[in-house]
Amino acid sequence: MTRSLRGRTGGAQRADALFRALAAGCAVLILAVMAAFFVRLVLSAELSIRHFGWKFFATTNWDPNALEFGALSSIYGTLASTVIAMAIATPLSLAIALFLTEMAHPAVAKVAGNAIELLAAIPSIIFGMWGLFVFAPFMAAHVEPVLAKTWNAVPLLNLIPLFRGTPRGIDLLTSGVILALMVLPFISSVMRDVFLMVPAVVKESAYGMGATTWEVTRRVTVRYGVYGLVGACFLGLGRAIGETMAVTFVIGNSHRISASLLDPATSIASTLANEFAEASDPLYLSSLVQLGLVLFLIAFALQVVAHLWLKRVAKSMGTL
Amino acid sequence: MNRRSLRGRKTRDLAVRTLSALAACVGIFALGWILWVVIQRGAAAINWEMFVKSVTPPGVAGGGVGNALLGSAMLVGVAALFGVPVGILAGVYLAEFGRHTRLGAMVRFSANVMMGIPSIIVGLFVFALIVAPMQHYSGWAGAVALAILMVPVVSRTTEDMLALVPNSLRESALALGAPRWKATVQVVFRAAKAGLLTGVLLAVARVSGETAPLLFTSLNSPYWPQSLNGPTANLTVTIFNCAMSPYPDWQRLAWGASLIVTVGVLALNVSSRFMLKRGSGD
Amino acid sequence: MDARPKIRVRGLNFFYGANQALLDNSLDIAANKVTAVIGPSGCGKSTHIRVYNRVYALYRDQRAEGEVLLDGENILSPDVDLIELRRRVGMIFQRPTPFPMSVLENVAYGLRLHYALSRDEVAGRAEAALRQAALWEEVKDKLDRPGTSLSGGQQQRLCIARALAVEPEVLLMDEPTSAIDPVATAKIEDLVELLKERYTIVIVTHNMQQAARISDFTAFFFQGQIVEFGPTEQIFTRPRMKQTEDYVTGRFG
Repeated sequence: MTRSLRGRTGGAQRADALFRALAAGCAVLILAVMAAFFVRLVLSAELSIRHFGWKFFATTNWDPNALEFGALSSIYGTLASTVIAMAIATPLSLAIALFLTEMAHPAVAKVAGNAIELLAAIPSIIFGMWGLFVFAPFMAAHVEPVLAKTWNAVPLLNLIPLFRGTPRGIDLLTSGVILALMVLPFISSVMRDVFLMVPAVVKESAYGMGATTWEVTRRVTVRYGVYGLVGACFLGLGRAIGETMAVTFVIGNSHRISASLLDPATSIASTLANEFAEASDPLYLSSLVQLGLVLFLIAFALQVVAHLWLKRVAKSMGTL
Repeated sequence: MNRRSLRGRKTRDLAVRTLSALAACVGIFALGWILWVVIQRGAAAINWEMFVKSVTPPGVAGGGVGNALLGSAMLVGVAALFGVPVGILAGVYLAEFGRHTRLGAMVRFSANVMMGIPSIIVGLFVFALIVAPMQHYSGWAGAVALAILMVPVVSRTTEDMLALVPNSLRESALALGAPRWKATVQVVFRAAKAGLLTGVLLAVARVSGETAPLLFTSLNSPYWPQSLNGPTANLTVTIFNCAMSPYPDWQRLAWGASLIVTVGVLALNVSSRFMLKRGSGD
Repeated sequence: MDARPKIRVRGLNFFYGANQALLDNSLDIAANKVTAVIGPSGCGKSTHIRVYNRVYALYRDQRAEGEVLLDGENILSPDVDLIELRRRVGMIFQRPTPFPMSVLENVAYGLRLHYALSRDEVAGRAEAALRQAALWEEVKDKLDRPGTSLSGGQQQRLCIARALAVEPEVLLMDEPTSAIDPVATAKIEDLVELLKERYTIVIVTHNMQQAARISDFTAFFFQGQIVEFGPTEQIFTRPRMKQTEDYVTGRFG
């Protein structure tokens, strides 16, 4: 039985075209939402942008009663807590990634790797609960007094007021430590992928010359993957900077800038979490949205840089 | 010639090995500590009423988070209803139609970027987009915020999983005269079933624990959810509100809810991994 | 064979997990000679030489049984120091593996691992190694350039220089010319001729002309077993075994 090749599949072709269009539509939706983020946030922040101008970024005064809003304290707290987090998380993640790929017995690496990944699955609010009720009191009782005492006992160092004031646990330092624990699994997982991309034969030839594991790692593996490792840090940074709930629980939400890590502070995300639902004045709301816009732009830029960077790294490693 | 001492080199190697193992222990210890605290305090708080009663005013004993549990399930369910099909179709586009196109690359890139945008910003966006024009908080807005978080996760895993399906399988379906959509849905989807389900479960797990995107969209409510038209109770915001309150009753509720959220999210997460392993095993 | 063998292999079996890849291999590698290992792909020839410096030990599911004596000492015994073993038995791989550092640093890498040297000493010994590898004239003006910027053939000679710098006694070469062009291959073959005065060389190759050209002895592997081992000239002109004859005349493989 033969039928003409023409026309017969018209219905199926229409269905195919529809399917394709539907899929493409959903894909474009992602782009559209991304673009809408910019437009919508800028529009909602317009009032505050017009009202305060550049002053918004230069003042620390955040007074909802007087309708005076300056973003500096939130920006400072965001950056400071992120810097603390990255200072702790980067070396730890590097060590963990090395442990999992180069050092540990495969069975141990598997269990440890799963545990670390599970840490990434714990919701932010749970970190917050643990942070507020368990970890902050722990820091106040056992860690911060020791740190302050040690630091302030060293001549010259004690001139830098990094550890002044009563250790209460609800402060920048605790926020930074909790943030570090939260981004640790993300950074170490990307770093692990980077190490796995280093060709086995390159490692073999270093081992083949009689290098120890550490010598191979330091001189060859890490150098081979250095750009990927930097990309991993960018990704972690992007996560840390916008992390909300865990920080909101323990940072203390104070719009004061203090040099001491033992003083409460606030971050952009925690200011939003604490104040947004209660803000009624249009200028107050708009200022909060502008704060959010700042966070969005920083996080967006970090993500773009990290992904472009990692894409280039993957490409160059693939061709080596 | 001066040979470097083998012993020194080996000692340094051992020191680094020890340090790296210690670093791993720090991560595992943190996980253990958090889980231990949540289980211990959560178990002390949990009883039958926790699941069937709603949040009582402070001072009134015997409340539960049943309303929030139901509300969370509704929010996540509706979010998945929107987010999963859109995410899967976008993934289909990326893997089947747009693999080497400019549009495909742009979509892929913005999905990656979107996964790293802070979730509170998504809440802010949905507030400005839906809550502000409608002038009231609503469960719908919360569900939309969660859906926006789900789409990039689902689409990227879908793409990865479909890309693993060998081309010969597509070609043999097409060679039988199947139209493209049938080949995709009936053959390629089936081959990638475990992977697709993993992506969906992971996305559900991720949004189930989210708080920040709900703070100013669905808000929270002490009542049982009737519809999604108004502020809708949910577990995570309930934890936040109760924990920040000075009332021991409410803090107890917060711990109970924490245990429920943790167990739920981790169970989803672990089962999705398990599924992927089993799916790739056979 | 007149002199005492550099390496004496007796009853070597090798396993990847539960799969046996080498079956009861026995042979002697003569000092300061070139021994070629030939055979169809997958026959175990690479696996065999990877035992000589125990580079396989990086992978936990791989294990070797039997005896491999380097100057009479069994390198398979558990108390062998792998670092010292690998310093004495260097290895060159199929693909050039320049490390992500400059030409000079590549050669200095191994030196600094094993020796405490001043900058001048490192430079001097690196130059000597590059000269030995017949690469010095080509790279002396670009020592600071990344190792990866060299051509494929130069990269491979860089790897040889890097291996020579730590003064090994044995040099294992695992299909060293399979990834580079014919001109560069000829240079490396010439180099092997020169190097055998100072080193014992074992070279795996799938190229039979190459084996015939540069080696003194040849071992023919098939399915994990050594089918025939003897002077190269005899293997290629008067093979004793039918399988060897079929392979060297190109009837299979």
